[in-house]
Amino acid sequence: MSDARTSTSGAPKISVPKISVRGLRKSFGPKLVLDGIDIDCAVGESLVIIGGSGTGKSVFIKNILGLLHPESGSIKIDGAETVGMSRAGRTALMYKFGMLFQGAALFDSLHVWENVAFGLIQGRGMERARARDIAFEKLAAVGLGAEVGELRPAELSGGMQKRVALARAIAAEPEIIFFDEPTTGLDPIMADVINDLIIKCVREVGATAVSITHDMVSARKIGDRIALLHKGKIVWQGPADEIDNSDNPFVDQFVHGRAEGPIQMEVRAV
Amino acid sequence: MTIFLARVGAAFLGFLAATGRLTGFALKGLVGIFSPPFYPRLILRQIVYMGYYSLPVVGLTALFTGMVLALQSYTGFSRFNAESAIATVVVLSVTRELGPVIAGLMVAGRVGAAMAAEIGTMRVTDQIDALTTLSTDPYRYLVLPRLLAGLITMPLLVVVADIIGVFGGYLVSTYKLGFNVESYLVSTAQHLETSDVVSGLVKAGVFGFIVALMGCYHGYQSRGGAEGVGQATTYAVVSASILILVTDYLLTAALFGT
Repeated sequence: MSDARTSTSGAPKISVPKISVRGLRKSFGPKLVLDGIDIDCAVGESLVIIGGSGTGKSVFIKNILGLLHPESGSIKIDGAETVGMSRAGRTALMYKFGMLFQGAALFDSLHVWENVAFGLIQGRGMERARARDIAFEKLAAVGLGAEVGELRPAELSGGMQKRVALARAIAAEPEIIFFDEPTTGLDPIMADVINDLIIKCVREVGATAVSITHDMVSARKIGDRIALLHKGKIVWQGPADEIDNSDNPFVDQFVHGRAEGPIQMEVRAV
Repeated sequence: MTIFLARVGAAFLGFLAATGRLTGFALKGLVGIFSPPFYPRLILRQIVYMGYYSLPVVGLTALFTGMVLALQSYTGFSRFNAESAIATVVVLSVTRELGPVIAGLMVAGRVGAAMAAEIGTMRVTDQIDALTTLSTDPYRYLVLPRLLAGLITMPLLVVVADIIGVFGGYLVSTYKLGFNVESYLVSTAQHLETSDVVSGLVKAGVFGFIVALMGCYHGYQSRGGAEGVGQATTYAVVSASILILVTDYLLTAALFGT
């Protein structure tokens, strides 16, 4: 699961997590959303964060991506601190990331293929013709034909939009891919298709994956390791196959979807 | 009483914070428009949208403004036997003042609102965050092309508005009020100085920047779905219109030293 990395000095082998988060705190006004998160994600690992709506799962991912800035704590990528890093450093770091947004977040003024090729053309300055070829290649990888590439995102169904968003997230072959509720709002069959595509694409690119979801079927399928977020803290984490025998009342309630238990759902959105 | 003071204080602090945010946003734009990377395709698209497609509405407004100006001046000036000044009044008012202001207000309603709605929708549907994750600076990609387009397009639009506005005055004066065509044209050209037109074009550039700035800023700051986007659109038009009128006064005072 965790690959060993050789330090540049050539001496002893040390295992550096791809992502290492320590004491991450974030609040909005008086509302504390993340209350000291500690979690690691090894190279090539697929980590799934589960938790109810409004528990701060999206905020957690946005802090790692640098879209939000934590109040305190440390976020290391490949051992390098990213909290408070320079603008140039952040831009360089973004090349390592890919992200699948919950609502797909496709650019509706652009064609589907331009959406997929966007990071290559605008972010990396690749020439359009080459980026176009790669875009169609990635669309094929998520099971979409060339004719879809010429459509606008608004012409696609929700499941198709998610596929395009997945193709966009993997187009630049990032080292870390984030999935924000990848199966929410999809029918069970399309959800399974997306789960399979996520596993296939992450494996093909050889990326580390961090997903957030409240869909347990999805979490079990795509995760190597699962962590449960509740009231801004990780209350349990462990291998995906141990989630049914965790002996943790929070996990037990969430996995079985019981209204009664230690988890009380948040009224207000984060 | 304490609660009242606390509320006043909170509102004032909120106002200061918003002013600070807007100033930062504007300064970033002023610095950014002179440094690469530029997005020529996006700038061109915005120029076409802001300029070419605004021509009918700006042209019509300018035409009727010039016409009504001639008519109003005539009814007023005829009391003092000063009808001969109408051509000069029309051309100076249109080039110095009405061309840029009317065009600015119309473009604020047509383009500023659209900018706020488009960027606001992108904000609430995570498209702006998506830009960041695709290694693209959303400010540079979305805001700067619009600011530049505003700065470039408005003076061009105002040149057209000036010509059509003066033509409107000419139509009313010669066809309705019975002025001699030749003497009207001579009086129009006689008192018009380059500085009159240039001052109007400087204003137009500033107004174009204001319209784009307000549209982008309110869109960028919008939160909370459809309601937030609707609010952003309203704020964009109202704040741009007020700022245009205030800036117009300040620029007039600065340019003409009065």
